[in-house]
Amino acid sequence: MQFWIIQGLNSLSLGGLLFLLSSGFSLIFGLMRLANLTHGAFFMLGTYFAATAMRTYDDLNIWVTALGAGIAVAAVGGLFERLVLTRLKANPLGQVLVTLGMSFIISDACLMFWGGDSIPVPTPPNLQSPTRVFGFVFPTYRLVLVGCAIATATLLYFLIERTRLGAMIRAGVDDRQMARAVGIPVSNLFTLVFCLGAGIAGAGGVLGGPILSAYPGLDADMLPLALIVVILGGIGSLLGAFIGSFIIGIIYTFGTALFPELAYIILFLPMIFVIAFRPQGLFGRVGT
Amino acid sequence: MAPEALHLANVHTFYADSHILHGVSFSLRQGAVLALLGRNGAGKTTCISTIIGFLKPRDGEIRLFGEPIEGMSPERISQLGIGLVPQGRRIFPSLTVRENLVVAQRGGAAVNPWNVDRIYDMFPRLSERNIQFAGTLSGGEQQMLAIGRALMGNPRVLLLDEPSEGLAPLIVAEVGRTIKRLKKEGQSIVLVEQNRQLALDVADSAVILNTGRCVFAGEVSELLRNEDLIMQHLGVFRAH
Repeated sequence: MQFWIIQGLNSLSLGGLLFLLSSGFSLIFGLMRLANLTHGAFFMLGTYFAATAMRTYDDLNIWVTALGAGIAVAAVGGLFERLVLTRLKANPLGQVLVTLGMSFIISDACLMFWGGDSIPVPTPPNLQSPTRVFGFVFPTYRLVLVGCAIATATLLYFLIERTRLGAMIRAGVDDRQMARAVGIPVSNLFTLVFCLGAGIAGAGGVLGGPILSAYPGLDADMLPLALIVVILGGIGSLLGAFIGSFIIGIIYTFGTALFPELAYIILFLPMIFVIAFRPQGLFGRVGT
Repeated sequence: MAPEALHLANVHTFYADSHILHGVSFSLRQGAVLALLGRNGAGKTTCISTIIGFLKPRDGEIRLFGEPIEGMSPERISQLGIGLVPQGRRIFPSLTVRENLVVAQRGGAAVNPWNVDRIYDMFPRLSERNIQFAGTLSGGEQQMLAIGRALMGNPRVLLLDEPSEGLAPLIVAEVGRTIKRLKKEGQSIVLVEQNRQLALDVADSAVILNTGRCVFAGEVSELLRNEDLIMQHLGVFRAH
């Protein structure tokens, strides 16, 4: 019983973390039809940012750090999009190669700058004491992570579904050319969405730091998870990314606990089935 | 003399390597309706796509109230005052009816700018569908929405590409009444139509394209006197 409850809570917190990772990826993919393979590296940049900042300033608040990292990574992402990716419109293979190359560059630069050792990110002191859930002790910070994911999902939902800006973004997803013909500056919206997606990844990297630590290869560990979540949930669907994150959180947590040697099979098999039999994902829109 | 609302001079457009428009020229007077006619494949939609900026002309001039717009991006051309009701309607299916209108809204310098309420006054059916996803509307309702969406930008020139296509006769009649009403309010319009009767009924002037060339450009009254021309370029059967 204890096993199921503890692993269930672990699944939830991993799901929360995965949503912070993959919602930005899904946004970018949905609007721009761009598989941004730099996304894992953006997440890792956030984690390293947190490792350095929070170890340099002892009493630095993790929320402030996440905001700072979000803005910094959004700026990096924005520059990358404006200077490089805009030149690769309608060239998906070029986009894949360039974003993958960029991810290698970031990851080597991190290795040079931060070295090969894993650097822990401190858990915020006020969240270090465990919480009792159904009589079981569970790390408080992991529960807070679920709250962060829900808050982010709510904010993104409001932005995308309830504002004029969000409607313009969705118009661009529905019919990019027609959106331009009614005067929507789709290209500027692309940059904005790219910054937003990168920023969420950066902030997510900070918030995931106390669980994951910053280490070389974090980007390569996270990117496939983002891909799986988005493919399962459906490209460009916020709800899909949310549900997909928690499904993958459950599969991954219980998979590694019950059949540790089959973890990747358990993780990637559903993705292969979804691509083969339901390519639009669970909640995906059929693209035009 | 005031500049023409829309003026095309010697416009050449290519799709990849194939030469579609071969030096198209015509003018639309302010407040008038110009019917752009011709058989399937004559280049009517290519002409519209070139005006709105989906396709860049390789040569020639397009002027909106004297200002050159050829080669600009569609969003810029839209902001300068061209509204498009495209072939196939192309409403945003996953947006609600209201959102379809709101995303296209632009205040600008218009005297009596269009807003959602005015569009709903004109098309009461749309107000009943306010928060419905546009993809669930009937063809006729989608056409009303596409027209409303284009008007929300307060266009100085409205391009209507086959607004009667695929619609029931009753709805076609409503589209015709809408065009007449817009014309009465002083809207300058380029109307592409297969439905010749609808087009010639409302238009002041007409242009006939044949394989990307203008074979007629003049007043509708003049065209109606020239039955051979109509038979040759618009009739179902070729005149021998």
